[in-house]
Amino acid sequence: MSKTLLDKVWEAHTVRTLPNGSTQLLIGTHLIHEVTSPQAFGMLRDLGLKVLFPSRTFATVDHIVPTDERDEPFSDSLADAMIKALRENCAQSGIKFFDLPSGQQGIVHIVGPEQGITQPGTTIACGDSHTSTHGAFGAIAFGIGTSQVRDVLATQTMAIRKPKVRRINVDGSLAPGVYSKDVILHIIRKLGVNGGLGFAYEYGGSTFDAFTQEERMTVCNMSIEGGARVGYVNPDETTFAYLKGRPYAPKGAQWEAAVARWKATASDPGAAYDEVISYKASEIAPTVTWGINPGQAIFIDEKVPRLSELPDKDRATAEEALVHMQLKAGEPIKGTKVDVAFLGSCTNGRLSDLTEVAKHIRGHKVRRGVKAIVVPGSQGVAALAERMGLAAIFQEAGFEWRGAGCSMCLGMNPDKLVGDQLCASSSNRNFKGRQGSPTGRTVLMSPLMVAAAAVTGEISDAREIFHVA
Amino acid sequence: MALEKITQVTGRGVYVPGDDIDTDRIIPARFMKCVTFDGLGEFAFADARAAAAAEGTVHPLDDPRFVGASVLLSGSNFGCGSSREHAPQALYRFGIRAVLAESFAEIFFGNSTTLGMPCVVMRPEDLRALAGIIASDPAALLTIDLLESKVSIADMDFPAILPDHAKEALVTGRWDAIADLLEGVDAVRDRAAQLPYMAA
Ligand code: SF4
Repeated sequence: MSKTLLDKVWEAHTVRTLPNGSTQLLIGTHLIHEVTSPQAFGMLRDLGLKVLFPSRTFATVDHIVPTDERDEPFSDSLADAMIKALRENCAQSGIKFFDLPSGQQGIVHIVGPEQGITQPGTTIACGDSHTSTHGAFGAIAFGIGTSQVRDVLATQTMAIRKPKVRRINVDGSLAPGVYSKDVILHIIRKLGVNGGLGFAYEYGGSTFDAFTQEERMTVCNMSIEGGARVGYVNPDETTFAYLKGRPYAPKGAQWEAAVARWKATASDPGAAYDEVISYKASEIAPTVTWGINPGQAIFIDEKVPRLSELPDKDRATAEEALVHMQLKAGEPIKGTKVDVAFLGSCTNGRLSDLTEVAKHIRGHKVRRGVKAIVVPGSQGVAALAERMGLAAIFQEAGFEWRGAGCSMCLGMNPDKLVGDQLCASSSNRNFKGRQGSPTGRTVLMSPLMVAAAAVTGEISDAREIFHVA
Repeated sequence: MALEKITQVTGRGVYVPGDDIDTDRIIPARFMKCVTFDGLGEFAFADARAAAAAEGTVHPLDDPRFVGASVLLSGSNFGCGSSREHAPQALYRFGIRAVLAESFAEIFFGNSTTLGMPCVVMRPEDLRALAGIIASDPAALLTIDLLESKVSIADMDFPAILPDHAKEALVTGRWDAIADLLEGVDAVRDRAAQLPYMAA
C-alpha cells in the first residue's frame, strides 16, 4: 500500500499503543534550550529518573541571550540563572551543549540543521513550537510542552496521537521579490490560524521542489502558525546536498546507506492524503500582516480589510487588531510608519536570508529615526556572514550587526520594542506583546520587505524600493 | 503513580472573551525567565490585566465578583502560539481547574491535559449563554461532568465535549503519561536498536 512519509516515520518509531489509545512514539532526536528544560530536569530529579539517551539529546541557548553584551554573568540575573541551569543539567547528564563560547550556539532550529543533526526519516521533539522547522528535511518534528520534555528525557518517547495529513501543493515559479515567507503567510491567510488543527502539513509541488533547503525551512517553521503542529517536505537531492559534510551527518560508506534509507522515507507517489489543497505560485505577492495573528495578512498593495468584508467569526479579532495596530480599515498598509526593523529569527535568520538582503541594500541607508538590527540565527551564520563581507554591507547601510539569538522575536532578552513602536519583522508571530512591549506592534514580512521598511521608514513594496524585477 | 481520577470539576466561572487568545497573552514571555513554575500564577494574563487597570477598567480575573473562580470560559483557538507549558501552569497556579472554549490549540490542549486541567469544547452560543448566567450571578456553581459530556449550572445543562483520548486519560487517572511511558522502556530500547541513526 502506498504510504505518506508520516505513515512510514510513524511506523518505524512506534513503540506501542498506550492504554488511552495514543502511541508511545520514539523520539530519535531531542533538542533542548534554556526556557522549557529546567523545570523538566527538576521534575526528573523529583521522580528520581535519569536521561535515558543523553547521546540523542542536544542543547543550545537562544531565547534569553543578549545579542550585544554577551559576556557572562549577564546583567539580567534571571537570564544568568537560566543559562547556568542548562549548563549544569547538560554536564550532569552528559548532553552535548552548543554553549555560548563554542562558536556553534544559536537558535535551536537553526543549529540542528546546521550541525546535520536534523535528518530525514527521523522524529524530533523540542520544547518549542517552531520545532516544525525541522520538517523541511523530511523529519517529523513536534513542539512539546515541558512535561513532555520530561517524558522524552526520561523515556526518549512521548504519548501522542497520529495526525491526519493535508497535502499542500504550490506549483509554478514565484515572481521576483516574492519569497518562501510570502508563501507560508499566504497559506495561513487562506487556511486560517487554526485550519491545521489535527493535521500535519505535507508541502510539495514544483515551487517546493525548486526551493532551497533554507526556503523550505521558512515555510515549515510557520506551520504551527497555521495550527499544524507538524509540517514537512519530502527529502530529495536538495536535502541530501545540504546535509552532506555537516558535522553530525553520516560519513563515508554510511552516507550512501543513509541516503538510500532517506529516499525510501519520502511519500509514495500514490499515497492517500486526508486532504489535498493546491495553490499557484503566480497568485502570491509580497505579503504583510495587519493584525495580531499571522493569518491577518494582505498583499502589500491591498488595503487593510473593512470588518464588513470579513466573515462573521473573524470580526471581533479584527476589531481588536485594528485598535491595537492603530490601523484604519479600508486604508492601504503601504506607507505605515515604521520605528524598528528586525531581520532575524528561526524563520528568516539564516545565511541565505542575509545574503538576499545584502544583495539589494548596497547603496541604501537606513532611514534616520529607524532602529534596524540584523541578528544572525547562529554563531555559524554570523561567522560566515562576516567572512563573506555581509556584516560590513549591513553596517555600512546603517543596520546594527548583532550576536546570535532569538533577539527581538520575543521579549525575553534585552532586545524589545518600547511603548507602541511598530516593528517590521522577519519573525513569525505578531501577537500582542510578543516583542516585549504590551502595546508594541508587529508587522510580519519577508526579509527583503524588512529592509525596504528600514530604508524608507515605512511599510513599502521592496520590489519598488530595490528595483526587483 | 496513582493519580486522581478526574470525572467532574465544580467551581465558579470567569469569562475572558476573545478568539485566538495566544500563550503570549496568557503568560507574557518576560515572565518565563524562571527555572521553576512556582509563582507563575500571579502573572496569568499580566499584560491584559495591567492594560485594563491603566484604562480604568477591570480585567475579569481581577474583578472582585469573580475572585476564586476556577472555571475559565473563552472563545475559539484558545491557547494558540507557543508550546510554553508556562501558560497552562500559570492558569493552574492562578486557581483555574478547567477551561471551556469553542476550540483549543493542540499543544495547549495537551499540556493542560497533562496537568489534569480539562479543556472542554462547547458551542459558541452555549458559551455565551453560560457567560451571561455568570455575569448575572457570579456565585453560581458550574459543574463540568466529563463522563456525561455536559456542563450544568442552576438547573440547566449544556453539551460539553472532551475528545475521547483526553476524557479517557482524565477519568482513569492516567492524564500524566509518564508512568505508562516508563513501563515501555525495554520496548523503547529494542525499537531504538532497529533505527540506524539511533544505534550509531
Ligand atoms: S527565534 Fe523566535 S520563534 Fe524562533 S525559537 Fe526563538 S523565540 Fe521562538
